[in-house]
Amino acid sequence: MPKNLRINSSNFIDETTRVSFKFDGKTYYGFKGDTLASALIANGIHLVARSFKYHRPRGIMTAGSEEPNAIVQINGNTAYTEPNVRATEIEIYDGLEASSQNCWPNVNFDIGGINNILSPLLPAGFYYKTFMWPASFWEKYEYFIRKSAGLGKSPTKPDPDLYEHKYIHCDVLVIGGGISGIMAAKTAAENNYKTLLLDEKPHLGGTTIYQSSEFNKINNQYSSKWLENEISNLKNIKNLEIKTRTSVAAYHGYNFLLARENLTDHLPLNKKKDKIRQRLLKIRAKKVIAATGSIERPLIFNNNDRPGIILSSAIKKYSDYYGVVCGKENILFTNNDSAYETAISLFNKGIKINAIIDIREKVNSEITNHAEKIGIKIYNSYTIVDTSGYRRIKEVSIMKLSKDGQSVTGSKIKIKCNCLGISGGWTPAVHLFTQSGGKLKFDNEDNVFIPSKYPSDQISIGSCNGEFDLNTIIKNFNQNIKNFLGIDKTSFEDLKINSTKEILKRNIWLLPSDKAIGKCKPFVDFQNDATAKDIKLALREGFRSIEHVKRYTTTGMGTDQGKLGNMHALGIISDTSGVKMSDLGTTTFRPPYTPLTFGTIVGRNVGEFFDIFRKTPIHDWHVDNNAEFENVGQWKRAWYYPKKGESMFDAVQRESKAARDGAGILDASTLGKIDIQGSDASEFLNRVYTNAWSKLAIGKCRYGLMLNEDGMVYDDGVTTRLNENHYIMTTTTGGAATVLGKLEDYLQTEWPELDVYLTSVTDHFATISVCGPNSKKIVKKVIPDLDLSDEEFPHMSFKNAKIDNIKCRVMRISFTGEQSYEINIQANFGKSVWEKCMEAGKEFNITPYGTETMHLLRAEKGFIIVGQDTDATLTPIDLQMNWIVSKKKYDFIGKRSLYRSDTIREDRKQLVGIVTEDPREVLEEGAQIVADVSKKPVEMLGHITSSYFSPNLNKSIALGVVKGGKNMLGKKLFIPMKNKIISVHVADPVFLDKENKRLNA
Amino acid sequence: MFIINCPYCGEREQSEFKAGGEAHIERPKQPTELSDDQWAEYLFMRKNIKGIQFERWVHVHGCRKWFNMVRDTTNDQIHAVYKMGEKPPIK
Repeated sequence: MPKNLRINSSNFIDETTRVSFKFDGKTYYGFKGDTLASALIANGIHLVARSFKYHRPRGIMTAGSEEPNAIVQINGNTAYTEPNVRATEIEIYDGLEASSQNCWPNVNFDIGGINNILSPLLPAGFYYKTFMWPASFWEKYEYFIRKSAGLGKSPTKPDPDLYEHKYIHCDVLVIGGGISGIMAAKTAAENNYKTLLLDEKPHLGGTTIYQSSEFNKINNQYSSKWLENEISNLKNIKNLEIKTRTSVAAYHGYNFLLARENLTDHLPLNKKKDKIRQRLLKIRAKKVIAATGSIERPLIFNNNDRPGIILSSAIKKYSDYYGVVCGKENILFTNNDSAYETAISLFNKGIKINAIIDIREKVNSEITNHAEKIGIKIYNSYTIVDTSGYRRIKEVSIMKLSKDGQSVTGSKIKIKCNCLGISGGWTPAVHLFTQSGGKLKFDNEDNVFIPSKYPSDQISIGSCNGEFDLNTIIKNFNQNIKNFLGIDKTSFEDLKINSTKEILKRNIWLLPSDKAIGKCKPFVDFQNDATAKDIKLALREGFRSIEHVKRYTTTGMGTDQGKLGNMHALGIISDTSGVKMSDLGTTTFRPPYTPLTFGTIVGRNVGEFFDIFRKTPIHDWHVDNNAEFENVGQWKRAWYYPKKGESMFDAVQRESKAARDGAGILDASTLGKIDIQGSDASEFLNRVYTNAWSKLAIGKCRYGLMLNEDGMVYDDGVTTRLNENHYIMTTTTGGAATVLGKLEDYLQTEWPELDVYLTSVTDHFATISVCGPNSKKIVKKVIPDLDLSDEEFPHMSFKNAKIDNIKCRVMRISFTGEQSYEINIQANFGKSVWEKCMEAGKEFNITPYGTETMHLLRAEKGFIIVGQDTDATLTPIDLQMNWIVSKKKYDFIGKRSLYRSDTIREDRKQLVGIVTEDPREVLEEGAQIVADVSKKPVEMLGHITSSYFSPNLNKSIALGVVKGGKNMLGKKLFIPMKNKIISVHVADPVFLDKENKRLNA
Repeated sequence: MFIINCPYCGEREQSEFKAGGEAHIERPKQPTELSDDQWAEYLFMRKNIKGIQFERWVHVHGCRKWFNMVRDTTNDQIHAVYKMGEKPPIK
């Protein structure tokens, strides 16, 4: 390590602990406490990346989360790899491997650099303009464009790290641990507010913590010393929790915030293991204090992007905080006083300052005079018109600015350097404030947007509120915090402050050059390679709204979201179009403030915890018996039970045949079950179902259809009258929760006068359905005391019974068209009763069947499945189920809609049976149905909703919806597929046992 | 994410609730007497107000009670919550 780039010992760097890391394959050393950026600079490396579009060499530009250039891939080719990591944020650890992005073969020699030479051909909107025609070529272009787009490489392996979520509730949340945040947190906690203080950096103290300047003193101490003392006292304060390395990502309404707490990213690889990497904090705060600080602006001038061009404040941080010098020959270029602080600080450490170039006229402030006194050469009213140096800045050319700042005059002066600090003033970090819904106002004096209207109980303090000198910050703090927290006094009211106030300001958004703008490259967005030229072009081409200009030029659309250059983009638009900044407004700041990894967002909800699922009480038996499962709503349902060597088709054919020839058994526990009681229960059912319920005898079951108020079929199921005022309703598996919700809605809001109580009992019962010609014999063996004779226990009736002294309900109902019995028993006995049935059915070849066979069997009978054969556009009339719609009832949900002009149309899509000409041909569900393939465009009549090969009929059967299908019985239609056209004809949807003889067989 | 003051349970997170559209639309007592237009008015026509809006909400992962809310759609401020059947406390 070239030791001479380390200039002083720092409190924040542990020089006794050497850390080795790799960058672009080469090993380097830094110290514990270094970021990748500070360690690279200490090793004399500035060129770390290539720019996105022109592949120009780029260096480290900042020392914080606003970094646009120095973004790297870390730990490439491992499962831990992460792209687009800011070198200025990642703390180095032993074993860290980082590499440059967007360059090939390497960052020093990059083939893509040809784009820089071609850049006159690559203006804003280049892709939109160039790849428009011929339109059919887009797919070919897209391949290459996609390849060259993007920066880092996304990981290809599953993320091995652990993440978690945590909820936090606090009285006061303070965002930002700079001087304002620390004073605020202390004040809040001391006044009995439960307080949480967050900062994205590893240490508290913001920029003040390394401020050792005569021009910033508190109580006659350096402000850093004073603040250090305050920080060390924080740990004695009750009610105060502090989290560092924690970045607030989002600020939503009602003071709900998301923050990412980084727990292990700074640890060596072997210490990361089995620890939570990052935690997403979901914070609900009664009050929020934003002390998010401000971000230094660059200056926009020709070739302002070379490695070695760094924000003035970052140069200061590297030297004062990390003890690293960015360059030995420095120039500072500024429009304000803060660059003088950097210059004086470097000068005091013995670092050479070749010049300060200030676009302002001579300033007579304390700090500028001091700079002049110590012998720093200052060029007032000058601007940089060009820079040179390919892989690192070598020289700047400066010229005198005209009075109006729009042009340059006189002769060119060239000054050598290897580091150029730039300072264009400060932009308050109002991102989180605006995310929360806050409104900004424009301050014409400082050229900043600052908070004006707070949407929730919050306040912005310090430089994020446009307060830039210590004196103002402390004065406003005392005033504002007392009002905000409702207190009389703070412990910061008698502080003695020495600070300088800026007395002269001059702002030029786009600095002129001696060359025409067309020949210049003044970068506004460094990450996305958008220049002032691109913005002006967009305006010439008619874009006006800032949101449109942003998207057209991609300004502010990188991973840094334009934290540096967005204000200049606005300024250039304002200057060019003549619209005032305050009228122009800003683009929308969206979460997250800095990028979040997907792992943090999903937390523990990965793998089997991705979504909750529900299992029936008989689930384990299905698993033991080799069932395949399908997801129905949140349920895992047995789909089919393949035997050795059987395909799904084979298994379903076997199960379907067995159910009709001998006996089948189905786990129907997932059906929704709603217990309905009350003296108005019958009346209630009358109003929610299409058919009549008042005359249903006790002990009888009835199938019901439920509509939406718009007349469309919503759900169906069998409801049984258990007693005078007691019913049990079944719903579809997927519809259970919404049906209950809908019934509750009507009861509470439309018919509160009805005496009805609803209880979901889906989970309380296991439901076992035994069907087939032998079902009666099997149930008789399981429940010998029950009289199963057709006279005593006919189809659509119910009996209470007992199995081994456990009460159960038996319904004789059928969804297959076979004689069948449904046993409902307390859930925890479900599996043993199922096994009992299997044992009893052994001699009859009882066959367990899954949902696929159930679907096939019901399709043979033409029974609908709500949600498969219907899709919220079909009325019962469309389904040819007129029989279930009561003509006598005065009203029920959806009745009036059944004779709206639209619902009585004859040419609506109607459900019909579809039979293929070739009985072996099984149609695809979702296939289109047409009448005439010769007339283009072909008119689509409908589609197939259900389709199977029926082993019981030995032919293909299907259901489908067809426009006017009701009147098309026997008509020939076509199913156009990719390679063929299949001939079909319209049939009765009931394919098997039209007379329902099997129900009593 | 809002904090909603359920009239039955008190303040809870918005994730416990479900919105149910515009409030104070009564289901016609005699739908069969209505013309297509009158029925369509009830069935389909809803306001989409920029400003103060009256809404139905249900505490679906809580007491499962429906209630009404007065909310300003421009800034999501909830001005009032009140039980079904009660008159809105704000005009």
